[in-house]
Amino acid sequence: MSLKQWDKKHIISIRDFSRDEIDFVLKKSRLMEDKLSSRKPLELMKGLILANLFFEPSTRTSMSFETAMKRLGGKAVGFSVAETTSEVKGETIVDTVRVVEGYADVIVVRHPAEGAARAASENIKVPLINGGDGANQHPTQTLLDLYTIQKEYKKIDGLSIAMVGDLKYGRTVHSLANALENYDVKLTLISPRELRMPVRMVNGLRERAIEVKETTRLSIGKADVIYVTRIQRERFPDPQEFKRVKEAYVLDEGILPKLRDDAIIMHPLPRVSEISPAIDGTRHARYFQQSRNGVPVRMALLCLVCGVDF
Amino acid sequence: MDDKKENGKLKIRNIKNGISIDHIAAGRAPEVLKILGIDGGFRDSVTIAMNVKSSKMREKDIVKVENRDLDVSEINKISVIAPQATINWIQDYQVVRKEKVKLPDELVGIVECPNPSCITNKEREPVKSIFLVKNTSPVVLVCKYCEREIDSLY
Ligand SMILES: Nc1ncnc2c1ncn2[C@@H]1O[C@H](COP(=O)(O)OP(=O)(O)OP(=O)(O)O)[C@@H](O)[C@H]1O
Ligand SMILES: [Mg+2]
Ligand SMILES: [Zn+2]
Repeated sequence: MSLKQWDKKHIISIRDFSRDEIDFVLKKSRLMEDKLSSRKPLELMKGLILANLFFEPSTRTSMSFETAMKRLGGKAVGFSVAETTSEVKGETIVDTVRVVEGYADVIVVRHPAEGAARAASENIKVPLINGGDGANQHPTQTLLDLYTIQKEYKKIDGLSIAMVGDLKYGRTVHSLANALENYDVKLTLISPRELRMPVRMVNGLRERAIEVKETTRLSIGKADVIYVTRIQRERFPDPQEFKRVKEAYVLDEGILPKLRDDAIIMHPLPRVSEISPAIDGTRHARYFQQSRNGVPVRMALLCLVCGVDF
Repeated sequence: MDDKKENGKLKIRNIKNGISIDHIAAGRAPEVLKILGIDGGFRDSVTIAMNVKSSKMREKDIVKVENRDLDVSEINKISVIAPQATINWIQDYQVVRKEKVKLPDELVGIVECPNPSCITNKEREPVKSIFLVKNTSPVVLVCKYCEREIDSLY
């Protein structure tokens, strides 16, 4: 794959990626992680500036991008609003990026409106990376999820992946499922009835010949990867019902004997109570490493879209 | 004219000038009227036939409107709910032009996104709605921005 096709590319949605493109990013991320672990300071992005525009609070993603840029020898500027307001006051996102295009070499945007990143990218030449647009997309999260899986098993094809929790509204599981359509995997979708993955998505997966099993039981004995997400209180008008559902999908010591020896547990974080801290020290826990993996993945993407060879 | 001889009792008065929208999917005529903005206040003659037998499709609806023309945007809107429709322009009781509607690959500014959180619905953002046609029968549209799929409109 030629580097030229990545130069100035906007990274908006995982659905825009072909399998070859995903595999290429994963390969480059691996290379970047090797460079990173050599501990030698990098200067790949020296003299370049990243603008982080966070119209919604997020410490994790913005810090991860900032870290990635600084590890590459570049600089980061930007802002993050303190709380989500339905209508951000002042300038429109479309205007803001046109202004910031004049300051920075690459822009990361998080915005509560769905489609904001794509709309913002349409009027600018500087590459824009979507850092999350409402309930829609968060492509770098999906890439780091895939990277974590690939790093563990040296492959994605042939794996059995269980997704647990809120599969109806969960943005990360939707994007991950979209990406996994490109691979030969088995999916087990584990959720309360009220939070099942949308039928259209499940059908879409099956059309792509993915074997999908849906269940309300926490059956994770065969899974190579267990991807856990948070169930939010807001989804349940009845507090009693919320409590019942929440407790049914908790991973604690009790599940350990059921797991495959090499199974890994992932979570996009922050977690609440769906993974007990008792799991953290086990050989299965990968969620903190997963979040750390975001740095080399974002470093690789930043270089790619800025046309920096490595 | 097949729609007149369908049933001995069905007698539709010919119009002098106007349009006849034929081969509308059965049951969708009211939505076509909505697109045309025809409501109680409309003055000219409008004829609607619903669920009549057709040789080209099992059943169809027809809408005929006197003294009315259609623009491209209206034709595109009609193509979304009635992708088989034929539009006949009538002058002096004769069909002077006939056009099959065609669902474009992209619907720009024609359909509003039903997702209130979509950037295209944020009043202050200057973003026109764009839908990509993912499937033609049945019609499935995907919002280019929020990526929601919709399969029923109006
Ligand atoms: N003067 C008119 N007033 C009202 N409707 C008319 C008039 N002339 C034609 N139409 C209608 O316009 C449509 C097309 O008429 P046309 O004579 O081309 O029929 P057709 O050969 O069956 O066409 P098609 O192949 O599109 O079905 C029909 O629905 C017909 O009833
Ligand atoms: Mg006919
Ligand atoms: Zn939309």
